[in-house]
Amino acid sequence: MRGYNFAYLDEQTKRMIRRAILKAVAVPGYQVPFGSREMPLPFGWGTGGIQVTASIIGADDVLKVIDQGADDTTNAVSIRRFFALTTGVRTTEETAEASIIQTRHRIPEKPLTADQILVYQVPIPEPLRWLEARETETRKMHALAEYGVMHVKLYEDIATHGRIATSYNYPVLVNERHVMAPSPIPKFDNPKMDHMPALQLFGAGREKRIYAVPPYTDVKSLDFEDYPFEKQTWEHACALCGSRDSYLDEVVTDDRGGRMFVCSDTDYCAERRDAGHVGTGAPVTYGADAAE
Amino acid sequence: MYVAVKGGEKAIAAAHRLLAERRRGDRAHPGITLKQIAEQLSLAVDRVMSEGSLYDRELAALAVKQARGDLVEAIFLLRAFRTTLPRFGVTEPLDTGAMRISRRISATYKDLPGSQVLGPTFDYTHRLLDFELAEEGDPNSVSAAGDPGDVDERVPRVVELLDHEGLIEKEEPDDPDRPVGDLTREPLGFPADRDVRLQNLARGDEGFLLALGYSTQRGFGSTHPFAGEIRMGQVSVELVPEELGFAVDIGDLTVTECEMINQFKGSATEPPQFTRGYGLTFGEGERKAMAMALVDRALRCRELGEEPSSPAQDEEFVLYHTDNVEASGFVQHLKLPHYVDFQGELVTVRELRAEARQRKTGT
Repeated sequence: MRGYNFAYLDEQTKRMIRRAILKAVAVPGYQVPFGSREMPLPFGWGTGGIQVTASIIGADDVLKVIDQGADDTTNAVSIRRFFALTTGVRTTEETAEASIIQTRHRIPEKPLTADQILVYQVPIPEPLRWLEARETETRKMHALAEYGVMHVKLYEDIATHGRIATSYNYPVLVNERHVMAPSPIPKFDNPKMDHMPALQLFGAGREKRIYAVPPYTDVKSLDFEDYPFEKQTWEHACALCGSRDSYLDEVVTDDRGGRMFVCSDTDYCAERRDAGHVGTGAPVTYGADAAE
Repeated sequence: MYVAVKGGEKAIAAAHRLLAERRRGDRAHPGITLKQIAEQLSLAVDRVMSEGSLYDRELAALAVKQARGDLVEAIFLLRAFRTTLPRFGVTEPLDTGAMRISRRISATYKDLPGSQVLGPTFDYTHRLLDFELAEEGDPNSVSAAGDPGDVDERVPRVVELLDHEGLIEKEEPDDPDRPVGDLTREPLGFPADRDVRLQNLARGDEGFLLALGYSTQRGFGSTHPFAGEIRMGQVSVELVPEELGFAVDIGDLTVTECEMINQFKGSATEPPQFTRGYGLTFGEGERKAMAMALVDRALRCRELGEEPSSPAQDEEFVLYHTDNVEASGFVQHLKLPHYVDFQGELVTVRELRAEARQRKTGT
């Protein structure tokens, strides 16, 4: 793009971000402050992920961008176009083909490999933020590994609801040291982070923090011996590809409780359908009418 | 058969075309020029330069035009451009004492050296809609005001007058070799030094600072302020190029400066004296400069040994929430799809409700 450097950021800025990334990789789960820049996309819309991607992307990379697991959601389209415009790299919708995958709110269903980097967009990097609003306090708590307050919160959930009621951005312990926010992915995706062969980088632009999970690192979702971590399950299979193992989106088909459950990972679903898998294609009825 | 929604790309392109059309408005009327915006909507341009942290009237006017007059959007446009610019050096501190004054008032003295200069102010206008301005072209009644004439001689700052008597806290100049903090390069850390706080406030949203400053006047962290001095005019910007070793004048800026003087009854460490709050904006930004000075003083509670008890004195609360580019982005990101997380919540709520129902019927 005329007047702008490869991948928009100047080389000095990229170097600064790469230094932050190296530090983040060296201390898994630790939030490294960095001099986040204003990007031409708004804060809160993926600027952290965009800066991380911009500082690691090279001319030979193949980029995939997903939002809610889908390649065709408007913001994913917008970010993919931004990189196509500023770098000219090849973009793809196929998980296996990408060398860098930037994501918001999901981890692809297909297992990632050691040749790939997963870049998460992070709104609030601090897992303790809802328990303690002050950065000065939360930094101290991380330094002292003082995470009792988080366990108390989970315990209170169990005491009140009989279960841990957090369904996304479910806190994890990384490398047996730092409690980390996995970004608002559903807890369904948490187990995929554990010992993932791919490098996982997290960018929070507005909050100016970068953190990382190096390949093959312990990532444990917080729980209790008698209340072990559980991920979401569905009674239904994907209506399009029949998958029973994927995270499902609920699509409203009418105003009387009609619902259809389909894979949130569009590439995974399309690949299964291409391989001949089919779902029922039919909506199910859900809600008050169906309950009794 | 349900087919997943496709076509985000086409929808975006169509939306952008619609936006361009709306921005242009009715083509029966001529397009507005950057010169017109810079000259006739100059206070909008000033605000965009201040909060956009880039002193360039033409680019700010372009941002206002492109943003359809939405100033927060214009500020964002200017910031995103600014961040790509190379950095040539750091200027010498502005000498606002040597300002070529267009406006200068003090609320603490009836008359003072350099006198009171009202300048181009809305103060004392009656806020009556002027229907002559509704006419196309230049109404006849507008005549050149006559050159007010810059006040040429060096006009001493009001706080310097108090300084002589030792009634106001000493302004301890920083070590000139100590680098000034820069939030655009280093993320905010706490406790934040005053240089960083002032930079944060200077870039901060005028509306937010206005409300915070106002809150200190209504008893939430009262600072008992007097507008010691407000001055607006042109100052020279000087740079010392390494190869020359002496200062070179590289241009002029119009700035508005406000120094608030605040009562202070003294603390365990400080005797009773007047204390200062400082505000500075690009261009004519008097309301912002005053609000900034109030908030600056409120945030100095820690160094003055005051117990912080109100929102305007809470460093983390204030400094993390001033930036309207960050705030606007994060508030509006709620428009982005969240259906994966919402689905997670649906699953959880359904399970919790099923268990609750079971408990009720089971017992």
